Amino acid sequence: MRTAFIEALCNLAKHDRKIWLLTGDLGYSVVEQFARQFPDCFLNVGVAEQNMMGIATGLAMSGKIVFTYSIANFPVMRCLEQIRNDVCYHNANVKIVTVGGGMAYGSAGYSHHAVEDLAIMRAMPNMVLVAPGDPVETRSATRAIVGRQGPCYLRLGKSGEPVVHKTTPQFAIGNAITVREGTDLTLMSTGDMLKVAVDVADLLAAEGIGARVLSMHTVKPIDAEATVRAAQETGGIATIEEHQLVGGLGSAVADVLQDSNLKVARFWRFGIANTLSGTVGSQNHLRQQAGLTPQEITRKLVLSL
Amino acid sequence: MIAGKKQAQIRQMGEEVNQNKPSIHDLARAIRAHSLRMVHLAKASHIGTCLSMADVLAVLYGRVLRVDSTQPCWPQRDRFILSKGHGAAAMYATLAERGFFPLEWLKTYCQDGSKLAGHIVHHAVPGIEVSTGSLGHGLPIASGMALAGKRDGSGYRVFVMVSDGELDEGSNWEAILFAPHHQLDNLTAIVDYNKIQSLGGVKEVLDLEPLAEKWKAFGWAVREVNGHEVKEIEDALMCVPYEVGKPSAIIAHTIKGKGVSFMENQLAWHYKSPNGEELKKALEELEADR
Repeated sequence: MRTAFIEALCNLAKHDRKIWLLTGDLGYSVVEQFARQFPDCFLNVGVAEQNMMGIATGLAMSGKIVFTYSIANFPVMRCLEQIRNDVCYHNANVKIVTVGGGMAYGSAGYSHHAVEDLAIMRAMPNMVLVAPGDPVETRSATRAIVGRQGPCYLRLGKSGEPVVHKTTPQFAIGNAITVREGTDLTLMSTGDMLKVAVDVADLLAAEGIGARVLSMHTVKPIDAEATVRAAQETGGIATIEEHQLVGGLGSAVADVLQDSNLKVARFWRFGIANTLSGTVGSQNHLRQQAGLTPQEITRKLVLSL
Repeated sequence: MIAGKKQAQIRQMGEEVNQNKPSIHDLARAIRAHSLRMVHLAKASHIGTCLSMADVLAVLYGRVLRVDSTQPCWPQRDRFILSKGHGAAAMYATLAERGFFPLEWLKTYCQDGSKLAGHIVHHAVPGIEVSTGSLGHGLPIASGMALAGKRDGSGYRVFVMVSDGELDEGSNWEAILFAPHHQLDNLTAIVDYNKIQSLGGVKEVLDLEPLAEKWKAFGWAVREVNGHEVKEIEDALMCVPYEVGKPSAIIAHTIKGKGVSFMENQLAWHYKSPNGEELKKALEELEADR
């Protein structure tokens, strides 16, 4: 995903010299191609995320489209007040990019897990949250957020995420992508849990259950229309996210259902418990522990259906 | 580097903008008087800080900044960021005195439905570049603006005022490290060094000394001035940058509550609002200083 992002950004920057890329001294083997091609629009701020966000705001207020780049929770939490008071308060054209959303840096430990970021960023006014489902969506998302004035949070996986879309689907911020049609229930995923959602749909199909799969690449503004349709047209909604259950995609979908006064037949939220694990491991291992595998999600769904 | 011709053009435009030169003493006195009336009406805090920075603001807006109240967003304008956003009353008073918006607005300071919050806001307030309030935000943003100016070859300059207590915030030191590395000599930081912070003297709470040496060690060209001596302030501000390739820092030694005898050097006036009698007495003191 990070490769898809940087390639897309370089292509965009060729035509728009207002695009800047700032890094907090991270992005080895990723940011170099941008730095090489656009040295006047690249800046390694150093290990100083608060300053990075303030500088990004100052640049944006001087007419630039500024991407800040870091990993996991670093570009969000260390500089959260700068995001709130500088970027959002001024509706500055700053795009915050994190690589390693969720538990992509699994064995690095909890310090490197971005599992509360969606909840925190959802609360920020003016902020748009985009978590593309695969490298194809990542390219489209990068283009879309350049075209949209104002703050944005782009949550990416790391590397090696499977390509789900065989062709490039129509992509618009705030519009869910229907990956598969079905009426028995709707699987809504965000970020690279899209592949897990598709696998769940395959396993459910083997049980004779037809699942709709929606890629909720935009967590804010959430696609309320697609959510309402899912509630009305299918037998239930299951949200799947590599994020703790407080305040993420599941919460955003629940907000829509509550505000629409809709009764959904069944509602499941799959995510990470709001607790800390005492052991570490790979992203796959941690997903297994959290019950975020296609098999485990399918088992629970079939049981309760 | 900006072409000499372009720089001369900008200078000329700036001089035209600054043709209407008020008496700095009168402007500073007006800023103080407005600030006193505003915090009295609003029963608001922070009069001490407004009084300590009034002279520097008067010099900036009366002599130094190339800004135009009829075109607050003129692209080539100098940028001023008040990072110590709690000095809002003095900032609004300065802008109103310089014609950015009507003096009438000042009465609405902190009132219900007002545009003028107790920490400066840019929304719908002409002349305010950046909203601040939480400390440690202005210098990084100013650095970003200065960097954009450098890379774009624009001739505008960026000035930022920070408080002494504010320098406890680590984010400032990230920016203080950053600006010299990128040779931002179009950036000037002014420290309103009134020696009193929120809960006590700077020396007692978290000593900043040796302050000038710290800025120098980080790569800034530094001058120290008496922040109430107009000539000294003007001399220091008019000749930035002091060294090509280095950002400039001006440490303005000031007195919290300056100009009102019973407020000077008193921590309490970080919080207290003058009652009717205190306001009358304060205004009389300012008037006597004419």
